Amino acid sequence: MVAPLKWLLSYTDLKINSKEEIHELAEEMTLSGTKVEEVVSKGAEINRVVVAKCLQVEKHENSDHLFVCQLDIGAEEPIQIVTGAQNMRVGAYVPAALDNSTISEGRTIKAGKLRGVPSNGMMCSFEEIGLDCNNYENGNNDGIMILQDLGEFKDCTEEFFESIIGKDIIPVLGADETVIDFEVTSNRADCFSILGLAREAAITMHGKFTKPEVAVKEECSENTADLITVEVQAPDLCPRYSARVVKDVKIGPSPKWMKERLQAAGVRSINNIVDITNYVMLEYGQPMHAFDKRTIRGNKIIVRRALDGEKITTLDEQERNLDSTMLVIADVEGSTAIAGVMGGLNSEIAPDTTEIVFESAIFDAVTVRRGAKKVGLRTESSSRFEKGLDTVLCLEALDRAAQLVEELGAGKVCKGVIDVSTGEKVMPKIKCSVEGINTFIGISATQAEMEKILVELECEPHFDEGYVIPPSFRGDLICDADIAEEIARFYGYNKIESRLLNGCATTLGSRNRKQKIQDRIRKQMTGMGYNEMLTFSFISPSVFDRLNLPADCLLRDAVIIENPLGEDYSVMRTTMMPSFLESVANNHAHRVEAASLFEISYIYVKTDKYPDELPEHREMLTFGGYAANGKADFFEFKGDIEALLEALKITKYEFEPEKEIAFMHPGRTARLFIGGKDSGIFGQIHPAVAKKWGCPDNTMVAMLRTDVLIANVTDIPKNKELPKFPAVTRDIAVVLDADVPAGHVEKLIRQRGGKALETCTLFDCYIGAQVPEGKKSLAYALAFRDATRTLTDEDVSKFMKKILNGLEMQFGASLR
Amino acid sequence: MKNKLEAIQKEFSERLSTAVSPDKLEELKVAYLGKKGELTSILKGMGQLSPEERPIVGQMVNAVRAEMEKSLSEKAEMLKSEEMAKKLEAEKVDVTMPGKTKKAGSLHPINQISDEMKDLFIGMGYEIADGPEIEFDYYNFEALNLPEGHPARDTQDTFYITEKMLLRTQTSSVQIHVMENKKPPIKIICPGKVYRADNVDATHSPIFHQIEGLVVDKGVTMGDLKGTLEVYAKHMFGPETKIRLRPHHFPFTEPSAEVDVSCWTCGGKGCRMCKGEGWIEVLGCGMVHPDVLRRCGIDPEVYSGFAFGIGVERTAMARFGVTDMRQFFEGDTRFLSQF
Repeated sequence: MVAPLKWLLSYTDLKINSKEEIHELAEEMTLSGTKVEEVVSKGAEINRVVVAKCLQVEKHENSDHLFVCQLDIGAEEPIQIVTGAQNMRVGAYVPAALDNSTISEGRTIKAGKLRGVPSNGMMCSFEEIGLDCNNYENGNNDGIMILQDLGEFKDCTEEFFESIIGKDIIPVLGADETVIDFEVTSNRADCFSILGLAREAAITMHGKFTKPEVAVKEECSENTADLITVEVQAPDLCPRYSARVVKDVKIGPSPKWMKERLQAAGVRSINNIVDITNYVMLEYGQPMHAFDKRTIRGNKIIVRRALDGEKITTLDEQERNLDSTMLVIADVEGSTAIAGVMGGLNSEIAPDTTEIVFESAIFDAVTVRRGAKKVGLRTESSSRFEKGLDTVLCLEALDRAAQLVEELGAGKVCKGVIDVSTGEKVMPKIKCSVEGINTFIGISATQAEMEKILVELECEPHFDEGYVIPPSFRGDLICDADIAEEIARFYGYNKIESRLLNGCATTLGSRNRKQKIQDRIRKQMTGMGYNEMLTFSFISPSVFDRLNLPADCLLRDAVIIENPLGEDYSVMRTTMMPSFLESVANNHAHRVEAASLFEISYIYVKTDKYPDELPEHREMLTFGGYAANGKADFFEFKGDIEALLEALKITKYEFEPEKEIAFMHPGRTARLFIGGKDSGIFGQIHPAVAKKWGCPDNTMVAMLRTDVLIANVTDIPKNKELPKFPAVTRDIAVVLDADVPAGHVEKLIRQRGGKALETCTLFDCYIGAQVPEGKKSLAYALAFRDATRTLTDEDVSKFMKKILNGLEMQFGASLR
Repeated sequence: MKNKLEAIQKEFSERLSTAVSPDKLEELKVAYLGKKGELTSILKGMGQLSPEERPIVGQMVNAVRAEMEKSLSEKAEMLKSEEMAKKLEAEKVDVTMPGKTKKAGSLHPINQISDEMKDLFIGMGYEIADGPEIEFDYYNFEALNLPEGHPARDTQDTFYITEKMLLRTQTSSVQIHVMENKKPPIKIICPGKVYRADNVDATHSPIFHQIEGLVVDKGVTMGDLKGTLEVYAKHMFGPETKIRLRPHHFPFTEPSAEVDVSCWTCGGKGCRMCKGEGWIEVLGCGMVHPDVLRRCGIDPEVYSGFAFGIGVERTAMARFGVTDMRQFFEGDTRFLSQF
């Protein structure tokens, strides 16, 4: 909310002029809850531009369009300025920018010579000192501004003009307005008004707040009720509709003071009637509307829900589609305004308007908000209605508008008000106590201190009876905590004494098991040289094609965002692949030699009950990257996975070849099973996918389910006594079909070896001339040990025989 | 006989001193102490001596032998260490040459801040909670006093999945989950991702991180909130840091405040970082609204509480001097490995 400072201060007894005082006001308002976003001092950039009186005008000796002027600037000697303006005359009072002065847009004016004649500055137009000539009577941009030609100065005496010579032009024109931009929170509908802000400022700065006296003379003898009727067909959406009729309207410009205030508040002056509605809206926060009465067919105003398919052309000349969730103001034939949003073009005030109807009403906040959104029109009016306005203030604002009409001589107000209302608003008695508030906030304010604050806020404190009644315009005050906040913010948030939950129960802070293991995983990953990354959880649906996923792949069934930022961010990821590949490609594109990345984050999987149920947030540990020089070592990468499992003390796991994943290398991908549960996949990415994503061919990736990892972590490993008896080692090499997975061979050896087999280590895998075609040789180092005695050769031979028999039966393996 | 022994001994010493290899020592050992060695031959000739002389000469020979053996082994020891020294000299490397790189890995700067905050609050008796990112409207808005049609909903630029489901815009949704499932005393923080429809640029991201804090117990006051936030601010931004609370409005807290900390760059004097204000806004907070408590089955007449929500990116940017928020999400190892 933009508030011109002078306007705001006019309702208070505060004296705030200097830069320091304005700064202090801004600070204090910020600390009492109305944050100041910006202070803009208009005209502040204009420097050393003063009122000068023209003493002499002569033609320039070297030019036929330049003039040499002598000007009195209140100094001992007149100064000389050369001008190209054709409207200079002796006796004119003009703004003169002196040597080293600053005019609009930061331009600096310096003394110099024009065609050889010294010129000590520049005389200025409206534009050159940053003003809009349309805000001044007879103002124009043709040439230099001449003060006595302006309507604003027409009654001024020569004595007055003599007295302002040499003075800064901006204050003389009343254009030295400071405007403060306040951030008003959505609960404070009352502060979207100059009056509301002035009240806050007065309390904050310990001054006095005075509302304008509103009195309507009602100069027209006719009764409003005889001229127009109002029917509210949707009282649920319009709790109050009040209206007044003005006759003998004379449409014309508003007076300078009103134009200035509106302009300072960022509202363009249109004509006296429209300006009054805007002025009252800014002053009271109550949006108003003025209809040209002759356009109201049947002299009847109807407040009703719009019809589905109904159309209206709004003041901005746009045709808008309406539906039955919206509220309109209509006459007997059709709609004339979207209630609370914008008026219709058909009832607009025209230069020849002679009778108007002023509307001041309360419309349902949600209806206005939704309607404004639907038609794509957020106006000053709708943004106020959607915060919920005060039904009491509604009537006051209507009278204020009527009063201004009379004061401006813009028309004659008819007798009486039309007021259709669902009843008087009863403000709640909010249960609260001095002690309760003090305890809740942690302060020790006295009852008198609290009462003072509340009275200034126009609340009625009845602490002795245990309640406070808020004023009608404070619909946001509902419960004791609301009252406590009012006390706290004027008592001063920063005067509250800090404590650290003294007297509260002692609690034990901790991470739970899952959180602890997550941290262990992260530490292990960094220990293995991986950089933790964070990626966006939404992706583009086009990535599924880029991953070569088949059309019926379940990964394509993603949670879709209804209103995404764009196609690229429109679905929630069902796999970590896209996020991972994008990061890898990013490194590759920057010619990073080798990259190792990891992340623990969610993929989002629809369940059977979706969307009645949230999608599953499945947490994945994703890691991988690429080695330097294109090296693709599957086993080195697998080593990281095994090291991770070891670090987590996960013991029961197996790897199986995985050939079916579209985006993975079919011969270099494995699935990890932990305790028989599918825990994810890892391996080298498919070269075709690598190419599509701009990743190197040797990119490795692992995507593991953290829930399975976590479930299988051995929390407390048990100590095993170190062996007292020696191990017996044997090496064996067996020849078997080349496509038998070594993992299966090892599993069998371990099964057959039983408890006595301590370790089984593959140390050679050979395919070549020494073994038959289609066969391979696997060589294992086996170590046997018994905890209670030294094993004999005979014992070990028995174990070996059992193992070899097993290998032969299961895989047709023969000893090499 | 004695003279002969002395002569042998002298000759031995001379030869020993010129011996420079283990082979030469072995030669000497054989020549003097071996079966056919000089000393042995003397012992062999003892038969010609008188019985009285024999033990004397025997003793003398043994003494000489012992001395020779000692000298030999000493010399051998010396040669060994010389040899070792030579070998080590040959093995010398240039220790100033670079090591074979093993990359150290790193934790994400955002998570480093989260981790630090977790540790800080665990130390103060908090537990860590989490909740879903895809959330029902009820938890993100309705239960937090933001019913359908509430104007404050507009300020949050929500991504919707369905009419009732959305991407959470604030970790405050976790407050409700926690309070529905746990009786006071409650002290939790919840770090997590949140989503708002902001276009990506240097200071905005549609996905960012918050840390929510919630305390509910008997007798919790706004002073407790302020004290807690002071601990946080001093911990994160340095012991000289000051905080100030500005009244604000959040529908789910009352009273509510925005919190500024004194600028970490200029200490509050005003600089480019704080746009000359001396203060930087870091979080929003307040006393849990009685309606929110009531909705979760907690009696506001008995219990009170506070909640706060801290933006993590802002803190991480300040801490690590990051000026472009996009870098957090690009996975560029050149960026990540710095932290």
